[in-house]
Amino acid sequence: MSDNSHLLEIKDIHKAFGGVQALCDIDFDLEKDAITGLIGPNGAGKTTLFNVITGVFPADRGEIRLAGQSVNNRAVHERVELGIARTFQNVELFENMTVLENILVGLHTRTRCGMIDSILKFPRIRREEKQARKRAAELLEFVDLADYAPRRSSDLPFGWQRLVEVARAMAAAPRLLLLDEPAAGLNMSETRRLGDLIHQIRDQGITILLVEHDMSLTMSISDKIVVLDQGRKIAEDTPRAVQSDEAVMAAYLGKAQH
Amino acid sequence: MNDKANKIAYAVFALAVILLGWQVDNEYYLQLMIFIGLNTLLALSLNMLMGYAGQISLGHAAFYGIGAYVTAILTTTYQVAPLLALPAAVGTAMLVAWFVGIPTLRLSGYYLGMGTLGFGMIVHIVFREWSSLTGGASGFVGIPPLEIGPVVFASGKNYFFLVWSVVMLCLIMCRRIIDSRVGRALRSIHDGEKAAAAVGVDTKKLKLQVFVLSAGMAALAGFLYAHLVYFISPGTFSFVASIRIVTMVVIGGMASIWGALLGASLLTLLPEWLHAFSEFEMVVYGLILMSVMIFLPRGLTRGVLDVYERYRKSHER
Ligand SMILES: Nc1ncnc2c1ncn2[C@@H]1O[C@H](COP(=O)(O)OP(=O)(O)OP(=O)(O)O)[C@@H](O)[C@H]1O
Ligand SMILES: [Mg+2]
Repeated sequence: MSDNSHLLEIKDIHKAFGGVQALCDIDFDLEKDAITGLIGPNGAGKTTLFNVITGVFPADRGEIRLAGQSVNNRAVHERVELGIARTFQNVELFENMTVLENILVGLHTRTRCGMIDSILKFPRIRREEKQARKRAAELLEFVDLADYAPRRSSDLPFGWQRLVEVARAMAAAPRLLLLDEPAAGLNMSETRRLGDLIHQIRDQGITILLVEHDMSLTMSISDKIVVLDQGRKIAEDTPRAVQSDEAVMAAYLGKAQH
Repeated sequence: MNDKANKIAYAVFALAVILLGWQVDNEYYLQLMIFIGLNTLLALSLNMLMGYAGQISLGHAAFYGIGAYVTAILTTTYQVAPLLALPAAVGTAMLVAWFVGIPTLRLSGYYLGMGTLGFGMIVHIVFREWSSLTGGASGFVGIPPLEIGPVVFASGKNYFFLVWSVVMLCLIMCRRIIDSRVGRALRSIHDGEKAAAAVGVDTKKLKLQVFVLSAGMAALAGFLYAHLVYFISPGTFSFVASIRIVTMVVIGGMASIWGALLGASLLTLLPEWLHAFSEFEMVVYGLILMSVMIFLPRGLTRGVLDVYERYRKSHER
């Protein structure tokens, strides 16, 4: 048994793409109900780590454990069922579907209706559908987009699409939410609102791993910061300590000089 | 609101079927409408796979053929009652789809097209070469008419009502799937398989399920075809037939249930109107596919609606 205050354990993860060592010996834990910021220069391996955690591709070495259980052999959709949800860096909404339908697909793992059920339309299925729609409406209310439920998701401004994606991920009732640059493309007031939203999500008992280039947002809402550079973890500390860490400064400055 | 529009559409559709079946006595027209019905079933079945789930199949006529040949062999060679042969015909196609689907659906885009194309050709060759079972290239003769209890479906009118009842049931079935959790998951695969998996959709399983369902519906059409014409031959289930089904789906509009009806009607009537058609069949399909893709990428049904919408908007301003 592992320490049960850790929801996710990332153990000794390696991942290479051809000659590029995208992740090397990555090892850290996510505290339950905490917000962990994951930062690093472009190409540091942040999105790759998300992909390993969610099972998009397997790690070359190492293990991902959720609540003490290894999820290494689980497919992407099974990990969602176990409680790992995510958003994408380049918004991946279902663009031919409405905003509401996007959220409804997000509820997929929390509903049961199968192909035969859908044809026979048992009362149980009607009830489930009704509840799903109610829940989806609540989630849209939560991100303040209830008015846009019937709109095609691709008609929304980019920043709002990100919020729809957050709501869609929340629909899976996750224990762990991975957010990949949720503030990219948002203006300042939207970013502030996003910060509040992330806090509220955490307060619902959802652990958050946040990748974000907006430092003021990341530093202000994270309980802990992990810094990656060129596939390696170079720091793991409180926001305050990380900001004055020499290795971190060097990594960011070194990049800036290129 | 949508639900209500749906019900009205069904009612109008049912009424039209009843009226036509009741008023039309000309055997030729009845036959034509029966073929429209069969083609609607085929287009509908492929539309579930191609239009909604976004998985292309260039070998769909194979399942149509399996439905026809299984019932032909069972009811003629083995004297099985047609009603018992029905589950066997549909079941065989579904089973084949399941086995073929497991490796094939791992492919995507062009590769899936090539895979299903190859499968369709193999099945066509089996129909043609396994003469002892299928009658070979010269075809299979003497298939008995369909009997359900005391009713023999031999006249055009009987068959018309039978086929169109089946079409109606399948339309409702597909509509229900599309509007459900399963249908949404299917459409999500179409929009982005990666994102679909990331929200918890078991994309492999679902693609296989819809492939199997689609094969079953095509086989049902094949079953009805065999007992309509009493004679089947491999040519009906060739590559051209598969392309014809694809063309129906594309004309009617991907992901449109009523579009299947439109596409099927056009491609059934076209060869009747244009007698030179059969010689240039493939050319015409090619041209149709190209122009629809270029000018009305969402198919005729949606395309016309889009144009109307644009027209209305430009006049509001
Ligand atoms: N699927 C892939 N195939 C090949 N190389 C990849 C793949 N995904 C990522 N990489 C490479 O791995 C390295 C890390 O990329 P990653 O996207 O994880 O960085 P990141 O930290 O998310 O950067 P950014 O801040 O720009 O989003 C990069 O060199 C990238 O080119
Ligand atoms: Mg990234």
